[in-house]
Amino acid sequence: MAETTTRAKLRWGLLDVIVVVFALVPVLWIASLSFKTPGTLTDGRFWPREWTLDNYRTIFETDQFVRALANSIGIALIATAIAVVLGAMAAYAISRLDFPGKKLLVGVSLLIAMFPQVSLVSPLFEIERQLGLFDTWPGLILPYITFALPLAIYTLSAFFKQIPWDLEKAAKMDGATQGQAFRRVIAPLAAPGLFTTAILVFIFCWNDFLFAITLTSTERARTVPVALSFFTGESQFEDPTGAICAAAVVITVPIILFVLFFQRRIVSGLTSGAVKG
Amino acid sequence: MADIVLDKVGKRFPDGTVAVRDVDLEIADGEFVILVGPSGCGKSTTLNMIAGLEDISSGELRIGGQRVNDKAPRDRDIAMVFQSYALYPNMTVRENMAFPLRLAKLDKETINSKVEEAAKVLELTPLLDRRPANLSGGQRQRVAMGRAIVRQPKAFLMDEPLSNLDAKLRVQMRTVVSRLQKQLGTTTVYVTHDQTEAMTLGDRVVIMRGGAVQQVGPPQELYDHPRNLFVAGFIGSPSMNFLHAAVQDGKLRTAVGDVPIGDRIRRGLEAGDAPRELILGIRPEHFEDAELVDDDTRRRGLEFEAPVDIVESMGSDKYVYFTVEGERASAAELEELAADAGADFSGGGAGLVTRLSAESAVREGESRRVWFNLEKIHLFDPSTGRNLTLHEGRSSGALAD
Repeated sequence: MAETTTRAKLRWGLLDVIVVVFALVPVLWIASLSFKTPGTLTDGRFWPREWTLDNYRTIFETDQFVRALANSIGIALIATAIAVVLGAMAAYAISRLDFPGKKLLVGVSLLIAMFPQVSLVSPLFEIERQLGLFDTWPGLILPYITFALPLAIYTLSAFFKQIPWDLEKAAKMDGATQGQAFRRVIAPLAAPGLFTTAILVFIFCWNDFLFAITLTSTERARTVPVALSFFTGESQFEDPTGAICAAAVVITVPIILFVLFFQRRIVSGLTSGAVKG
Repeated sequence: MADIVLDKVGKRFPDGTVAVRDVDLEIADGEFVILVGPSGCGKSTTLNMIAGLEDISSGELRIGGQRVNDKAPRDRDIAMVFQSYALYPNMTVRENMAFPLRLAKLDKETINSKVEEAAKVLELTPLLDRRPANLSGGQRQRVAMGRAIVRQPKAFLMDEPLSNLDAKLRVQMRTVVSRLQKQLGTTTVYVTHDQTEAMTLGDRVVIMRGGAVQQVGPPQELYDHPRNLFVAGFIGSPSMNFLHAAVQDGKLRTAVGDVPIGDRIRRGLEAGDAPRELILGIRPEHFEDAELVDDDTRRRGLEFEAPVDIVESMGSDKYVYFTVEGERASAAELEELAADAGADFSGGGAGLVTRLSAESAVREGESRRVWFNLEKIHLFDPSTGRNLTLHEGRSSGALAD
């Protein structure tokens, strides 16, 4: 028995290593490029021969990138917060109540999630120009919420369904109002779900390129993925590869921080022991 | 501390099903009342209406003399223990018990002393800093009770609190619940589907069926004087034997012989619309091995002979199963009871369960003479289920004049 488990562990370990390497090599390659000098950029070596921080200095010296970074963080955080709060309320209602049109609501939200975004870009562009939302933060936050909500509702209602209803009844009997029961009993138990959803929504907003490039035109609301594509060298003969790589590394950092910060709160099995087990 | 009055309380769900109809019940201050019945009889719905977790469709509910129909659960000042315990898994035992007090905005010291006190009563003190996940079933159950008693509410509601425990622990916790209720003297409404719990725990038992109250009374009264077929069949384990009885020449023709009937019942049966067929009910302990009955007793009963099917020796007495010829008693109530017991399989023929004394030399396979007490039998009208032997609330057997 012991032998087979060791061998099984080795096999799984090997498989894990392959997957991780496969996923991480491009990221490490970008990181490596960002530390190279323009002269050694194309030498094809994984480990830079000459280390430099010039690329990072360049991107933070340009106002363009710093503004885009601020836009990205602001827009993604606001969109995430609103989507998670609205999604939590909707998901709670869906998992707890039986109301007419519930199936329709769930179906329509699924439809939104499946709708090809690219076909909405032109109408959205026209609408936002008419409404004066074009090239503003709300102009991006609104569509992000729209497309993040189905995701949020789906993930969260799955989590809410796992929470025994008796807990809410017990809280009410213990003297809690509906709001207190939700905040002090249900929400803490759904926390892993809330954080998971927040991470997913944040990544979706952070990575979006399509809406960001069509619905913005200046630094007012342009987010990092778009700003990256506008990076140019000082002359047309100069290639800003190093700077782009540095920027790419910089914009992965918030995602990693965000995930690391919330991952600690994603404790599975939090509800165990609530009811008979 | 308060009394609870249900005045024609009813519950109708939006889809039209009536879960509870016109329940009238007065629960005195400090009384321990059990709601019992098969699943779907409306007992839990009734409890939830008292709790405020379900809206009341009709009638009035008063707690401590005050109408509470439209009050939220938190304004009714009652505590509830759930079948699933419903402990907050993210909180320790101490926090679980303190939760209602914290919501009531008591100061920290009062909360602490109250929690400690309740923990002492329920022997939970060493567990106070554990989380529910690290407790056994019985411990969780005690925490759930602790959370209920800690704020000294007007009443306790318990929704099958013991049915998730294993058999041994259940018996043990039954005495804990009973002692706790006596000690605190708090009005308690307890829901169960287990008639043993109902018999052993309550001051009074309310038997429900199909949303309606069948009979209310102290356990012994329900056992001795059941108002109808349903109550008779539900209370008692093993349950009452029911036999088909045909009314013929002032006698009842049954599988255990011709049963004479007294004047009062005969008069009732002489009416034009009186049923020609009845159901005879005899409890297992009202049978005895004919050899062991003295002459004096013998005169008060009737004897018959039947083949012995199975003998179960319990030590203190013997459960003996006989096969008897004849038609099976049939009534809607009996079918419902059988369905609730999960007995959709009857094995054909009518069977009798008897409880004979341990000295009986009865053996499986033989034919045995058995005596039964005529003063203790019940007669039921199969169409209405009414107990015909009941006179002014008492049952006095078939011979009563």
